[in-house]
Amino acid sequence: MIFLKLILTNLRRHRIRSLISVAGIAFSVAAMLTVVTVLQGAIGMFSNILSQDSGIIVFERNVSDLFFSSVSIEAARQISGWPMVAHADPVLFGIVSSASQPIITCFGVLPEDSRIRNAEWVQGGPDDFARHPDDVVLGERAAQFLSASVGSRVPIGHSTFRVAGVLKTRNGFEDGGIFMPLNSAQSFFHKEGSSSAVTVKLRDKDDAAKFKDRIRAQFPNLIALEDTEFTRSYSQFRILRATAWAVGGCGLLLGGLGIANTMIMSVFTRIREIAILRVNGFSQTQIGVVIFGESAFVSASGAFAGLAAGTSLLFALRLVRSLHGYIDATLHPVVLAIVVLLALLTGIAGAVYPAVYAMRVRAVEALRFE
Amino acid sequence: MNFVRLGSIVEPRLVLQARDVWKSYDGGSVPVLKGVDFDGFEGQTIALCGPSGCGKSTLLHLFGGVDFPHRGEIAVNGVRVCRRNLLHLLRHEVGFIFQLHNLIPDLTLAENCLIPTVAAGIDRKMAVRRLHELAERTGLSDRLDHRIQKLSGGERQRTALCRALMNRPRILLADEPTGSLDERTREVVFDLLLDLVATEQTTLLMATHDRGLAERCDRLFEMHDGQIHEPACVK
Repeated sequence: MIFLKLILTNLRRHRIRSLISVAGIAFSVAAMLTVVTVLQGAIGMFSNILSQDSGIIVFERNVSDLFFSSVSIEAARQISGWPMVAHADPVLFGIVSSASQPIITCFGVLPEDSRIRNAEWVQGGPDDFARHPDDVVLGERAAQFLSASVGSRVPIGHSTFRVAGVLKTRNGFEDGGIFMPLNSAQSFFHKEGSSSAVTVKLRDKDDAAKFKDRIRAQFPNLIALEDTEFTRSYSQFRILRATAWAVGGCGLLLGGLGIANTMIMSVFTRIREIAILRVNGFSQTQIGVVIFGESAFVSASGAFAGLAAGTSLLFALRLVRSLHGYIDATLHPVVLAIVVLLALLTGIAGAVYPAVYAMRVRAVEALRFE
Repeated sequence: MNFVRLGSIVEPRLVLQARDVWKSYDGGSVPVLKGVDFDGFEGQTIALCGPSGCGKSTLLHLFGGVDFPHRGEIAVNGVRVCRRNLLHLLRHEVGFIFQLHNLIPDLTLAENCLIPTVAAGIDRKMAVRRLHELAERTGLSDRLDHRIQKLSGGERQRTALCRALMNRPRILLADEPTGSLDERTREVVFDLLLDLVATEQTTLLMATHDRGLAERCDRLFEMHDGQIHEPACVK
């Protein structure tokens, strides 16, 4: 109890300074939590686009972005003919724009693609897809912001397309996207005879290694990755993840410097007290516990305040209609645990120098300190 | 006073011992102790008198292990004072009282007194029992939950006395313990101090300017120019 009081005493004495330190950590934790969760959600959604009803993705080896990948339709056709393959769906990704929306994701797919076959159709149906080359199917949100319904014509890029149907999906990229017949997309994006990637479902998942070997042997310019491998190794995802953690890390670093500043001031202002404790038998370790306890309390308070703020912010983002489907603000326990752990470690790291200083205080000199 | 029987001779136990102790500050430019030899026996009350800067406080600090001599040896209860046994010394062998009470203002009287027991890991129940015992003897029983700011100067110094005696130290080191008190309070606190060390059988080594108080001790040493002189009076 006395130990706890000794830990909290200085925080109570300098309430404003303590609150600023807590706020620093809280903002860092909230920023890290929000940025990491939103980006993880975005990565997850993009992965879902690729992994829908498939287990393997085939794309061009050594490309930095799937939008630049080129897999020939002939290769896709050959792959779909392999006995181990249940189905192989080529998909061409592109970015288009309309008057109101600068960026719309466009998916060039075949009519038998599972995205079309298994979708929940709001207007029209799977059989309406690709009847005419200038037909497109819109995601529900795309239909909203383009103010379009079945039969209306929508200007996309330099062309005008007829809306053949509207489908609903929980994935923001798809829900705000446009589905074109693959041929039309190839023509629109000047990528005749090619797709961005081929999503593959095997008859037997255990054939994955054999499939990858065969791709390597038969199409040396292509690479086949299982969904989990792809999510883990795709450079864009890695860059996004690294950026998210780096942004959060910088925030925590600043929070840690705030704690270091608070703790240094704390030690300097109570140097005489530290000497009194030493003279009354406190060991260096016990002094260290008091100082580290103080910083741990600040960082734990900041972490919990930051968690509350970050969670509230994510909840608020979920309520923003224009972000529906684009932000997966689901909190992952692992992310929570890592963020809290990092905040506590930051607090402890910020207290290392002040604690070492306090532990080395010479009582005889400190007792003369006014 | 306790005695050790050596054959047929009964001698008081030597608890404080300084041998050829040298100490200086500022890298040796300010010598304070110059070859001090000193013996203090168990149960005695010993006063160190002398002008400011003569080394009284320094000698106390050396016996308390909060500072170390540059040359010579300091022993408490027969054990040489060094960094290795410092914690044992501070937790069980010596208690400190200073001119300024040196209490922690945000803690209550009771909490301040319990600090040495927390440091030494003494059972809380035992510590509280001891606290009540000392508080009763120092007249602070009704002030235990009061914060230090609410106490008078005399009460603060009595609190410091309680804290110093909490772990039943064999030696009490008092550095101008009544220096910050008015004349009437000084007498009261000093009477209490002498009474407590007598009943606790604690050895008192006190640095003081106050000749009157010093003469009430069993032994009085004069310090001057870094040297300690033969007892001027022995009761």
